[in-house]
Amino acid sequence: MNLLLVAASLAIMTTMALALARALLGPTIFDRILAVNMFGTKAVLLVAVFAFVSGRPDVLDIALLYSLLNFVGVVAALRLVERGKDYADHKKPEINKDGSNP
Amino acid sequence: MKHTISLGALLFALWVLLSGHLEPLLLGFGVLSVIFSLYIARRMDVVDHESHPIHLTFKLLKFWLVLGKKIFQANIDVTLRILGFKAVEPQLIKLKMDQTTDLGKAMYANSITLTPGSASIHMEEGELYVHTISRQGAQDLFDGDIADIIPHDKTSSDTGANQ
Amino acid sequence: MITDILTGVFVSLGCTLGLIGGLGMHRLDDFYARLHAVGVTDTLCSFFILFGLALQTGLSFVTIKLLLIFLFLLFTSPAASFSLANNAWQWGLRPKGTNSEPVSSFNKDAS
Repeated sequence: MNLLLVAASLAIMTTMALALARALLGPTIFDRILAVNMFGTKAVLLVAVFAFVSGRPDVLDIALLYSLLNFVGVVAALRLVERGKDYADHKKPEINKDGSNP
Repeated sequence: MKHTISLGALLFALWVLLSGHLEPLLLGFGVLSVIFSLYIARRMDVVDHESHPIHLTFKLLKFWLVLGKKIFQANIDVTLRILGFKAVEPQLIKLKMDQTTDLGKAMYANSITLTPGSASIHMEEGELYVHTISRQGAQDLFDGDIADIIPHDKTSSDTGANQ
Repeated sequence: MITDILTGVFVSLGCTLGLIGGLGMHRLDDFYARLHAVGVTDTLCSFFILFGLALQTGLSFVTIKLLLIFLFLLFTSPAASFSLANNAWQWGLRPKGTNSEPVSSFNKDAS
């Protein structure tokens, strides 16, 4: 049984490698965020499988937490992209107008 | 008030299930955490029929079963298309939304996104922009494949069931 | 014994779907199409793997934790996908190989 779960974690790691390759290749920023999102989901599954390989089900709490953090991470990255678009659109950044960030 | 009690019960059940301990001390901590969370949720004004639709409980159960079946079929379809047994023909369509409430619209758009092979990308003036991976999938959406299974959301009807 | 075999079948199916999703990330040639590949790995792939693991323990706190992991993944993935796609759309990214403007029915266009 353990052997099969180890093989399963290897397969999940291969998927993570594929996602990471897409994150590196791009081409747009959205492809990268999508790939990182997928990477995070697979990491949750990997932790869950690892909990059973090592025989310590307490590790599942980490997977639970990670699945929530992954979502927050994606939304946070998207806020950053939105801001970045604002900065790119304005030829003159509005930061200097009154000294405060837009 | 009904929603607050229901949410509190749900949060406390979550605490017990996640901790797995039944000592009075830990249960007391649980009660304190639940009260604190409820206080924050009330202050944020997010405890209402939208975030916590208890009036839809039984309809939601049936909805999830039907949606699960559709997700299963769509998964097989998309898998075949990725592997090259079927053609990939991306389509960009817009759908009229008949749902009147925000909750209904959100459920419709999220059900479309959750089904692989179709993803909602934009919402504008009661129209939903959807990207699908196949022409057949787009036609199914036009025919109301998913719109039909969304529970009819009347906020006034209160069955009073617990989630 | 029988649960071991069932676990093996479900976990292998899940891993296969995950690998196909990873392959789809590279075979599909445009951001909006890749959303669907991620959709496969987010729904059925995680369901199969977590269900296979849940069979190992029977009904216990571990099963409930696995169910909660699955529910969190299921509820957050469409929200993340939609905000990602909506951001891309408003940023100006348009899908490849489709009409440039969305159509409201297939009666008008010839293809």
